[in-house]
Amino acid sequence: MTTTTEDRPGRIEARPVRHPWRWVAVAGIAVLAAMLISSFVTNERWNFPFAFEIMVQRPVIEGLWKGTIFGTFGAMVIGIVLGVLLAVMRLSTNPVLRGVAFVYTWFFRAIPRYVLLVLLGTGLVFLYPVFDIGVPFGQQISAALGLSTDLTFAQFAYRDLSSTIWVGALGLGLSEAAYMAEIARAGILSVDRGQTEAAQALGMPPGKTMRRIVLPQAMRVIVPPTGNETIAMVKDTSLLIAVPVIVELFYQSYQFGQRTFQIMPGIVAGTIWYLIVCSVLMVGQYFLERRFGRGFGTAPAARTKATEAGGEH
Amino acid sequence: MTTDAAAPALVRALNVTKAFHGVEVLKGIDLDVRRGEVVVLLGPSGSGKTTFLRCINQLETIDGGRIWVDGDLMGYDDRGGVLHRLTDRRIAAQRRDIGMCFQRFNLFPHMTAVENVAEAPVQVKGIGKREARERARTLLDRVGLADKADSYPAQLSGGQQQRVAIARALAMEPKLMLFDEPTSALDPELVGEVLAVMRELAAEGMTMIVVTHEMGFAREVADRVVFMDAGAVVEHGTPAEVIGRPQHERTRAFLSRMHAQETEHARVAAEHAAAEEAALAAEDPAG
Repeated sequence: MTTTTEDRPGRIEARPVRHPWRWVAVAGIAVLAAMLISSFVTNERWNFPFAFEIMVQRPVIEGLWKGTIFGTFGAMVIGIVLGVLLAVMRLSTNPVLRGVAFVYTWFFRAIPRYVLLVLLGTGLVFLYPVFDIGVPFGQQISAALGLSTDLTFAQFAYRDLSSTIWVGALGLGLSEAAYMAEIARAGILSVDRGQTEAAQALGMPPGKTMRRIVLPQAMRVIVPPTGNETIAMVKDTSLLIAVPVIVELFYQSYQFGQRTFQIMPGIVAGTIWYLIVCSVLMVGQYFLERRFGRGFGTAPAARTKATEAGGEH
Repeated sequence: MTTDAAAPALVRALNVTKAFHGVEVLKGIDLDVRRGEVVVLLGPSGSGKTTFLRCINQLETIDGGRIWVDGDLMGYDDRGGVLHRLTDRRIAAQRRDIGMCFQRFNLFPHMTAVENVAEAPVQVKGIGKREARERARTLLDRVGLADKADSYPAQLSGGQQQRVAIARALAMEPKLMLFDEPTSALDPELVGEVLAVMRELAAEGMTMIVVTHEMGFAREVADRVVFMDAGAVVEHGTPAEVIGRPQHERTRAFLSRMHAQETEHARVAAEHAAAEEAALAAEDPAG
């Protein structure tokens, strides 16, 4: 099998494949970019300096923190906790739990978020300015029996709360839970059945098996789409005005533009903030996915740690 | 390995039947296993031996018959002749005294070896974390893996994973150990280390029911061999009786197939070892 050096082919120096259409595409994009820049420069209604000014106005910043960021955070906490709970219910052997989870998911997936927020903020407060918590039909029952009480144990003034970020975050969270339930369900189902059996064989009851063995492993499948949902939620907080919650980024920046007859800068200010917040989250998602996706299926996160420490595999 | 014939059975199965989607996979299995006895279940795949093993600790529910472990009727409460299904919680409690090892190990991949072993004692028995970990390390030492305590399953070979799985089952201090083809998923050169641990366990007097194709193990370690085919027990007796002088044609056919396979495995293992040696020899001058 030995050959002389002259016979053996040497280093490859081949011509690369040409991509002429790429250059055509670049030229096309360059023309479009030039048109956009020309619009920025020549149409003074863009008024970028004013857009940047709007971005740092106090009500806009307040809307960013209290509406967009807090709203996203609150809605996602509600969505994730309730969603995982719904997924566990959906996969339970108990037909009542399964049914409740199914109906919940069906209802909240079918309702547009905007409509749901109007329903919770405006509709519900029209029905119940004050919540009475007591026996169903309590007033009718006590009237029929001639009682002095109306069988109400507690009262809760919903009208004081109905246009706050709490109701907004709750509405978005209830809707999110329906989607998170599907994501969590897929994650739970991705865990090998043998894991549950091993836990059962050790005598672990069902609840502990789920909490200690199945859910931690399901996380690796649940986390990446949850990052996606969080980024989507940032944008959906612009719907909070439906509640109505006015301490919200886009409403504030748009209103600021309208008040000053500077429509486009108002819109641009909000847009830039959304771009910034979502960019930060995307970077975070990248790192989260890298962490949870490390050695997916075979090696857990700590593999590199052990190898670095001189362990063998 | 000594068993007292007069002692009451630790496991008693009577007329156990089980069907999957109308297909009968267990057709009235009777089996008594005494304390300290090692019983090997042999049989072709599909004979129902794994299903029967899984019925003992209720990973499968049975359709007919009864199984008692240490006097407890598994899965049901017998109230004056009427059976009441136990809750999941009580079934979990019944499983605590029965250890099981699976073909695919089923270690918890998100936990280190020591965490795998300590998990059930902490979660189920309520033993303190520190104590459980200390005991887990002792158990890992016993299966020869003291140095792998902090490794994750993915960092261990199949043989090491199965030994961790044995330690994990032993951590619950079971009265009975079930082994479901513990070496079938292993490379031939890793089978020995797992069988060695099982041999030791048998020598210490653990009651074991083992589904395996390792004829050598059955011959040397088993007190009794049960040959199953098509969901029924065909014959049972000492290894010398069943493996040495099989009475039934089906047993003989199975054993001759196993013998051919074993020879083949040995050949593959030898080839493997030779290839590895050659690879090492080839690498040496380069390195």
